[in-house]
This record gives sequence, structure tokens and C-alpha cells, in this order.
Amino acid sequence: MTQKIVVTGVGATTPLGGDARSTWKALLAGESGISTIDAEWVTKYELPVTFAGQAKVNAAEVLTPQEIKRLDPSSQFALIAAREAWADAGSPDVVPERLAVEYATGIGGVWTLLDAYDALKEKGPRRVLPMTIPMLMPNGPAAAIGMDIAARGGVRTAVSACASSTEAVANAIARLRSGEIDVVVAGGCEAGIHPLPLAAFAAMHALSKRNDDPAGASRPYDVNRDGFVMGEGAGALVLETEEHAKKRGAKIYAELVGGSVTSDAHHITAPDPEGTGAARAVTAALKQANAKPEDVVHINAHATSTPVGDIAEYTALLRVFGDHLSNIAVSATKSSTGHLLGGAGAIEAIFTVLALHERTAPPTINLENQDPAIPLDVVTSPRALPDGPILAISTSFGFGGHNAVIAFRSYQG
Amino acid sequence: MALSQSEVLAGLAEIVNDETGIAADAVQLDKSFTDDLDIDSISMMTIVVNAEDKFGVKIPDEEVKNLVTVGDAVNFITNAQ
Repeated sequence: MTQKIVVTGVGATTPLGGDARSTWKALLAGESGISTIDAEWVTKYELPVTFAGQAKVNAAEVLTPQEIKRLDPSSQFALIAAREAWADAGSPDVVPERLAVEYATGIGGVWTLLDAYDALKEKGPRRVLPMTIPMLMPNGPAAAIGMDIAARGGVRTAVSACASSTEAVANAIARLRSGEIDVVVAGGCEAGIHPLPLAAFAAMHALSKRNDDPAGASRPYDVNRDGFVMGEGAGALVLETEEHAKKRGAKIYAELVGGSVTSDAHHITAPDPEGTGAARAVTAALKQANAKPEDVVHINAHATSTPVGDIAEYTALLRVFGDHLSNIAVSATKSSTGHLLGGAGAIEAIFTVLALHERTAPPTINLENQDPAIPLDVVTSPRALPDGPILAISTSFGFGGHNAVIAFRSYQG
Repeated sequence: MALSQSEVLAGLAEIVNDETGIAADAVQLDKSFTDDLDIDSISMMTIVVNAEDKFGVKIPDEEVKNLVTVGDAVNFITNAQ
């Protein structure tokens, strides 16, 4: 019999809150985490986009000065989220060789890299900090978590742009089903609110330019959506075999029943308008879950608020769900959080898990005039989900043609 | 004006504390950076560069391996001023 995988801990630091609970509460309350960036570089470089979803908590108030000094902001967020998830799971007593980390980032240590380049240019090579490489490497966040919890069963990093952390969660499944690993800390992080990524995303016309209305800028499915809003932060989930979780009497939020990764090989940034790759990922995740499309009651959609992306995802979902799609409660939580890139899938996995656990789909804000080309049943205020066993999926897609989908089922004990 | 040995020690202890979190009063002349204070090579290089800035001296890379104890570093910096 295939070993069941359960979620026993969640942790997050986001533009909505400094932990998973406050984030979830703010999300249900319909709050926006998007605001104007108060930094001199916004005006100095005359950036075309002046707002983002900035992390609510100042990492320096949570971590030690040495952790701040030795970790890129992306790893700082990762450590904050992972520690919360670990504590939430009851700090499992697990054999280190049977504990693994699957953690993601989209960009890696961009602040460290560019600060170091500034130091090189201004002061010379001797002023480039010796910690620069371990701080900027994309596996830095996973390694920091692995060191913190003494994970010796393998620490891996998924890097697939905005699909990264959903892929990391999906990657945990095979590890836990292998029989070699009992517990995985999975998720992802990003700290890319730096002038260069902002300028670069703006250069490709991917970002909303609604500078005079930051809170209203991320508006998935709205006819007036004009791009995504960059966010920062991290999410982490403690995933565990059911056997291990039960043996230690852990509380269980939900069951992770499927995860799939596919690729489009279509265009480096544009989604495949036919949505076949994304649809295959959904179908494969459902197959792993031994579920039919009709079993899905809730989707936490990727829905970044870009004109083409939202439609492409709808097309893909329609391909899988057909008429049943109109029965599914769809939440586009980036409307509140912004797009955490490599951290997006992780926090959305947490939202999906909590939606099942609390039987409440979170709202999508800023939907004033729904695009008639996307006739989804979008949840705009917290909505009760049905009783009994229910299934939900979370989708993520990334530049490079990456599609990642994970499926969770309510836990019946 | 050159700093005294105790002033250099106090300044160095501050740098060590800032980089590693080790209490400044634990940074004493007879302590070994690696064996007693558990400072790794990456932190050591950061401490060296920060000490160069603070005391206006040059500590060549080949000299760093000779700075076994805090006293070695304090003496080097005091003499190099």
C-alpha cells in the first residue's frame, strides 16, 4: 500500500503577515499586502514601478545579528518560515538521515550578488565579503534550513522561476514514498524587491504600473488587470509520512495526494495558449491522487494578474475540468499577497491546506469587473467548502515553460 | 596617534562580536581564534578586512595564518600602525 503523506506544520512570512496564521487571517479579511516602496532607489533610478508586496516583518527583529549578516534576505525569510513550520509541527523527533529539505527560490541571492558587485566596483576585491558565494547561491535557503534542523537525508533546491516552490513540494512526494525519508521541510522563498529585478520585470512589461493605486494593482481576472505585482517572503510546510505523524501523535492539516511537473517547450516566457502542458500537470496530479476532475472543489490558481497568463491558465483548467470547472471555487490569492515568485507556490500551498482544514476558500480581492473571457467561479469573499472528503489543487507556472501542480485532500484520520 | 594594545584589543573584540556574536569580554589575548573562539576561516577573513578598515593597517593574506591567538592579531595591528 502506498504510504500516505500528510501536512503537519505550516510557516510563512509574507506581505500580509509575519507568520502563517496572521497571513491567513489577513487574507480572509480581504486585506492587501501591496504598498509603495519607501526606498531612495525608487526615485534615484526613476523606476517605472514604485510598489510591491513587501514582507510585513523586519527579519532583523526575528533573527540574530549574525544570521542577518550571514544570510541573504531570501534565506532569512526561508529560515523564519521554516522555523515556524517546524515548531508548528511540534519539532518532530526524527532521525537526521531520514529528514530532508526540498526548498526553492526563483532568483536566489540577488541582493547579495549586486551588493557585492557594488563593493567590488567601489572598494576593490578585498572588500567583497568571503560569505558572498554561500549567500548568493540559489541552494542557500535550503542549506540554511537543513543546517538549522539537522537534515541529513538530502537538501535539494528546485529552481523553475515562479513554479519553483510548487515543484519543491511535488518533489517531496517521491522522497517520502521512497521509504528512505520520514519528514521533509518543503517550500520556497524570494527576496527580489531590488531595483534591478524590478527594472527587468518592468522592461518585459510583466508588472502592473498602477503606481497611484498599489492595493488595487494585483487584480487577477479583472478586465483592467495590467500585470503582476512583485512580492517577497517565504512559505514552508512540514510533510511527513502518515505513519510517522501518527506514531508521534502529530496534528494533521491535510493530505498531500499528488504533485506533477510538466514543461511546455513553447516559448521562454509566454504560456502555451493551448494550455496543454499545464493541463497535463493537473491531470497527472489528479491521477496520483486517484481522483477524478469532478472531485476537485477548490483551486488556488496561479493567476498572477497578467493579461495573457490568466487566460492561458483558464484555458488549461477548462481542458481538464470541462463543465465541472464552473462548480469549482477558485481563489486568486496573489490579489492580496502579490507574486512571491519562488515563494508563491509555497504560500499558496499553505492557503490550499488551510482552506481544506478550515473548509473555507479565501477571497480574491480587486475583482471589480470580471473578464468575460474567464468565466470562472471566483471566490470574492470567504466561502465555505463542502463537508466530507474534499480535494483541492494549487497551480504554479514559471518562465521557461514550467508547470507545477499539487493536490491536497482533506484529512479524514 | 597610534592606539595602545588595550585599545586595539577592545576594538578587535568589538569586530569579533559584531561578526560572530561572541561576547566582547570573551575575546582575550590568550584565546585562539579557532580552538577557543570557534571562528571559522570565512569569519576570520571578514574580521581581518574589518580590522584593516578600523585600524588603518594592511594585514597581508600570508600573515593571517600566523594570527593564531587574539594576542597575535593585537600585536600585529599595534606594530603595523
